[in-house]
Amino acid sequence: MSLARVFIANRGEIAVRIVAACRAAGLECVVGASQADLDGLAARQADRVVCIGPPPASESYLRVETIVSAALGSGCDAIHPGYGFLAESPRLAAAAREHGLVFVGPTVEAIELAGDKLAARAAAAAAGLPVVEGRELADAADARRFASDHGYPLMLKAAGGGGGRGIKLVREADELEPAYAVAAAEALAAFGDARLYAERFVAAARHVEVQIAADEHGAVVHLGERDCSVQRRYQKLIEEAPAPALSQATRERLRAAAVSLARAIGYSNVGTVEFIVDATTGGFFFLEVNCRIQVEHPVTEAVTGRDLVREQLEIAAGRPLSFAQQDIAFDGHAIEARLTAEDPANSFMPSPGRLTRFAVPALAGLRVDTHCHDGAVIPPYYDSLMAKLIAHGEDREAATALLLQALEGLEVEGVETNRSLLAGVLEHRDFRSAVVTTRWLEQEAIAA
Amino acid sequence: MLSEDDVREILRLIDESPLDELRIETEGFSLHVLRAGASAAEALQRSPVVPAVASASRTAPAGAAPPAAPAPPMREGAVIEAPMLGTFYRAEAPGAKPFVEVGQRVEPDTIVCLIEVMKMMNSVPARAAGTIVEVCAENAALVEYGQPLFVVEAPTG
Repeated sequence: MSLARVFIANRGEIAVRIVAACRAAGLECVVGASQADLDGLAARQADRVVCIGPPPASESYLRVETIVSAALGSGCDAIHPGYGFLAESPRLAAAAREHGLVFVGPTVEAIELAGDKLAARAAAAAAGLPVVEGRELADAADARRFASDHGYPLMLKAAGGGGGRGIKLVREADELEPAYAVAAAEALAAFGDARLYAERFVAAARHVEVQIAADEHGAVVHLGERDCSVQRRYQKLIEEAPAPALSQATRERLRAAAVSLARAIGYSNVGTVEFIVDATTGGFFFLEVNCRIQVEHPVTEAVTGRDLVREQLEIAAGRPLSFAQQDIAFDGHAIEARLTAEDPANSFMPSPGRLTRFAVPALAGLRVDTHCHDGAVIPPYYDSLMAKLIAHGEDREAATALLLQALEGLEVEGVETNRSLLAGVLEHRDFRSAVVTTRWLEQEAIAA
Repeated sequence: MLSEDDVREILRLIDESPLDELRIETEGFSLHVLRAGASAAEALQRSPVVPAVASASRTAPAGAAPPAAPAPPMREGAVIEAPMLGTFYRAEAPGAKPFVEVGQRVEPDTIVCLIEVMKMMNSVPARAAGTIVEVCAENAALVEYGQPLFVVEAPTG
């Protein structure tokens, strides 16, 4: 089938990115914007903007029926969900399909499988991927049994969670019962599913994920891996490709594991298989599958020279992948920093407001994905991501230097940002020597 | 969104736990449960996804649209706006008489049209008293949130 007009069910920088991909693919695009985003950059750039509701996401971006009605009513034949919001909602994918719209993403079945973290773990294990010791818990008493078998610390995770949400670290026996109650209640409130599972805690873990692409005709390739170990409260801050400090053998095994899992679950479109790599032993474990374009996809695009969002649209239109595995080559090193409107000096409080100044320096090798500009408003209703700065250099050192230069040359006035934190990480000797693990940022006091 | 059963289940989980207080905040929802001796006080409310500090922030988003609130009663020459995105229908069924015509007098509770959101028909009341002087949207077309549907002129004198 061929596509003509795509409905973009998202906002912010990713909506701008999808508009660009539609242009590259020769497709028209309609942006569904809440009242707060009607004057946003994506809305201005699209062929048409449709107001889908008031500012709160629960009354606009998270409404499946509204999104599908808006796509149908504006004559679109496909919905691109971006990331976040309804990107991994099997309900949106199913409703789109039911109304004859193409959902730019994998099948409903694959999204459901990936969304159920226990089912995904089982599928990964069945496909031969290593999974960290863990299992579903019946209740708090069962959690105690798991603890007595495997010891502390341990992780409690929501079966319906993912993306770093619904995770509790339990350090010792005294913490277990309250943590279990809170985790179960949070899981039910956030995901409508109170099921929890426990996993052994890997103390020194690196977060490494493999980008995959699969068409609807059975072809599956990987586009290398990314390291996203610089995290704060399980949210990624700095990502890079390729992953540093991995042996070539581990790198190859990770990539092969991701491809075999994608094949095993009949995955189509682009996606990511996340792993934790034990920094002490070098062993790795399956974490989860993300059925969407990732925030950090530009680092992979930088080193492979491929347009992943355009590829998503081509795959959704039923075309075969535009590249085979042997066509994927890796060039240099790319690092992305997420600039957010948060105040590191004030417990990372969100800092919404009007940008009286926003300018990024023009530097060779620097890409900036953003919806910000002079006069743009960062509304208080959504996440605080302002821009992604992606530096591509011949090696890690060059990319780091370029990214630091970009952060220094950035002009932002009107809101507080995490710029100083990003620069502090890039300058830190632990980042330079690539020994950062996922809990490093929280343990390491970096002056803001 | 949570169902009543979900809330009961959350309360049960808390009840069986050693916790005295729990605060859960997710997109569009916040729950605060306090145990006070034998009786638990509970506060359940829907809330927009606005950080608690936003209102106190020195950099208030001047250009941002105000949060959604029930629309106030309309004034003279008022515009009836679409309360949701969907397909605009002037009549109950194809071929049926329109709910309202130009020149017709309406009261605040007079149904003026239907908006269909994926087979869900939503009745839209005028929320103003007066006379319909203009129909601004086309029957069976997509209307966006906030789009003008009718203009109502208040009765004179």
